[in-house]
Amino acid sequence: MPLLKVDKLTKSFGGLTAVSNVSIDINKGELVGLIGPNGAGKTTLFNLLTGVYVPSSGSIALKKNAATIELGGKKPYHVTKEGLARTFQNIRLFKDLTVMDNVRIAMHQNVKYGLVSAFLHFNKYHKEEDELKAEAERLLEIFHLSHKKMELARNLPYGEQRHLEIARALATKPSLLLLDEPAAGMNPYETAALTEIIGWIRNEFGLTILLIEHDMSLVMKICERIYVLDYGMLIASGEPNKIKKNKRVIEAYLGEDVSNA
Amino acid sequence: MDQFLQQIVNGISLGSIYALIALGYTMIYGIIKLINFAHGDIYMIGAYIGFAVTTYTNLGFFPALIIAMAGCTVLGVTIEKIAYRPLRNASRIAVLITAIGMSFFLEYTMMFFVGAEVRSYPMILSKKTFNFGDILINIQQIYIVLTAVALMILLQFIVHKTKTGKAMRAVSVDKEAAQLMGINVNTTISFTFAIGSAFAGAAGVLVGIYYNSIDPLMGMMPGLKAFVAAVFGGIGNIPGAMIGGLGIGIMETLISGYGNSMYRDAAVFALLIIILIVKPTGLLGKNTREKV
Amino acid sequence: MRTLTKKNLLILGSILLTFALVQVLVLVGILDSFYEITIATICINIILAVSLNLVTGFTGQFSLGHAGFMSIGAYVCAIISMRIGTVGGFLLGLLAGALAATVVGILIGIPTLRLKGDYLAIATLGMAEIIRVVFLNLEITNGAAGLNGIPRYANWLWLYFFTVMAIVIINNFLKSSPGRACIAIREDEIAAESMGINTTKYKVIAFAVGAFFAGLAGGLYASYFYFLKPDLFGFMKSVDILVIVVLGGLGSLTGSVIAAILLGLITTFLQSFTAVRMIVYAVLLVVIMIFRPQGLMGSKEINDLLKFRFGKKEEKIE
Repeated sequence: MPLLKVDKLTKSFGGLTAVSNVSIDINKGELVGLIGPNGAGKTTLFNLLTGVYVPSSGSIALKKNAATIELGGKKPYHVTKEGLARTFQNIRLFKDLTVMDNVRIAMHQNVKYGLVSAFLHFNKYHKEEDELKAEAERLLEIFHLSHKKMELARNLPYGEQRHLEIARALATKPSLLLLDEPAAGMNPYETAALTEIIGWIRNEFGLTILLIEHDMSLVMKICERIYVLDYGMLIASGEPNKIKKNKRVIEAYLGEDVSNA
Repeated sequence: MDQFLQQIVNGISLGSIYALIALGYTMIYGIIKLINFAHGDIYMIGAYIGFAVTTYTNLGFFPALIIAMAGCTVLGVTIEKIAYRPLRNASRIAVLITAIGMSFFLEYTMMFFVGAEVRSYPMILSKKTFNFGDILINIQQIYIVLTAVALMILLQFIVHKTKTGKAMRAVSVDKEAAQLMGINVNTTISFTFAIGSAFAGAAGVLVGIYYNSIDPLMGMMPGLKAFVAAVFGGIGNIPGAMIGGLGIGIMETLISGYGNSMYRDAAVFALLIIILIVKPTGLLGKNTREKV
Repeated sequence: MRTLTKKNLLILGSILLTFALVQVLVLVGILDSFYEITIATICINIILAVSLNLVTGFTGQFSLGHAGFMSIGAYVCAIISMRIGTVGGFLLGLLAGALAATVVGILIGIPTLRLKGDYLAIATLGMAEIIRVVFLNLEITNGAAGLNGIPRYANWLWLYFFTVMAIVIINNFLKSSPGRACIAIREDEIAAESMGINTTKYKVIAFAVGAFFAGLAGGLYASYFYFLKPDLFGFMKSVDILVIVVLGGLGSLTGSVIAAILLGLITTFLQSFTAVRMIVYAVLLVVIMIFRPQGLMGSKEINDLLKFRFGKKEEKIE
């Protein structure tokens, strides 16, 4: 069974069906792209996977160890606990907190000391907080952010904010990482650097990654498989080379008029 | 049965006053998303203006009502300009705290000048009562209900049939878009405060007549209850505020009539909490959700 | 516990020094009983303000009902210590009062904390009013007349002890993982939830801790002033506490302490002019919001300032 199996997932808002009958399989270790024109329902699909929206129908099954867990309808924090982590299209860092705190907050679910230790700072607290700090530093190192660990997130340049968001997502120790347009607003140089980091963290952390992206250079370069969404429906899937030549995909992106001409 | 109907009649007259105050809350919330805590105190000032006019001149009910409304209009617009406008882009909590500050300012400035003692309102309407079977309706109640109904009809006309009303509706939906369409947002907001405060002023005079007593802190409780009425009907919704006001008024008189009047205020707030939890948008409100 | 670090010794030293200083001033007679009341009020207000700051300033949940929790602590402590007239009874009452406030806080918090911003504010206001009306009608609280002759065990020593305890515990909490979870909720609730934080749970925890200390402050109040009536804990009291928190800075414990002391002194000087005092409060609120909405301290704490002063090179992570 694949790591994530999305089966006939549908979400309607009133009369509008934003995601319609979408089925997706993601295998362990894969790096999968999700593309489609604006308004195709990509982010809605992410929101369904991460528990922000409750599906109207269909199922989202995640393999965890030997068990299969149904994620549809679970709360976001619960989904994260099961091993899905995400970034946001419009960057949602904890802006007035330090870089360090952004990462440490995401480590929250793996902290074992309880409330009493939190109130009284027992030894357990100090021991675990030290470990936390070390781990956070290691993550920041990967994203070249350790020298800025005490800066407020809002003061980071745009590209570094995107990096910090990925670092923060990784801090939850996910098995599946969902990246929502990680290269949005980046210049080609930054995008290239990001491409490299994404590839690197996948190997380093044994991650499976699903990413939404408009930057085709990034998608075509690193994704092993691509799903294409249009008007909430899956219109194509397969390897990047095939997707590039797929007639329906070209139509969806360029409009029928062009292809007919 | 008769007692029940009697309580309903009393409830309607009290409820019309709540509805008048609730309208101001709901319009102001609709347009700048602010719970204007000072609104109840504007109503208190309205009561004092009415008191001053009828005590120190020989003017009757209607002149007193109109002068109180005019005075409150000026006050409401001034408060908006001084205290709320500088915070147009601040967090909502900051504006809410400012509104609480304004409320206290009005209460205690008034207390400073007129003293804390309760004053009895001059009798400007006769206490003549009519009997319908066993149900008593007095002239005051008739005046209160008729004034409230007339003002509400006027408001409906302004909101739905005039250009300014259209601007108010536009600003409440989307401030930026309204501005781009050539609507003067600040003027529109001032106008909303003007109408809301005028209604509060009218309610002040009516309540002075109804309860026959006024004091500088009289605005607090009815202010909060009118807010509950606005939430009950669906905040930002004008018909909702009227229904909510009447609902709260009737509920209060029924509890006083049949139950323990000491628990009257608690019941209103319990109702508020229940609505907020079960249907936070109120009876007629619309739902909105944050986009991720 | 890492009790013997340099920093902790420094803190302990200044805590003891402050205590000794005030104690000496009292013994020498510079601080007479009039000022003792001011100091007691300041201590109680500090506990109230830091606990409300945890809820409103750090977790971002706007509460206008803090006086409600205070009144629960006050009445429970009063009723218990009037029946057990010993120091033990007083301490038992304090604990029971604080716990009762916590329980009510949890019961009220679970349904209402789903509400946001001004809706939550108004719901907590309503809840505090309900609590007040209940105390007005209960027999055991003696209704509107209130309770008189509560044994007076709270003194400067106890007040100071509990004030320091409240600050230390809340400060510790904020520097822990659950505390950071609360702060994350204030910053961005949706992102916090996506990072695995059960937002409802932590809002309720913050609310419960806030209620606990508000209850404790109420108990101390009851014992020190030996008289209670429901009207002491109305909307006005909640706003009093809010003014301290806002003036000091939402999200700064240091700010709350400074503001509580400042306002305590202002109140003392304006004691006999209630209306003027309230006008000053009101104007303060409006002016702060317009010209310095972050309050005196913003979200800075005393160590941030000291660090700046001494230009410390090595940035220490708390």
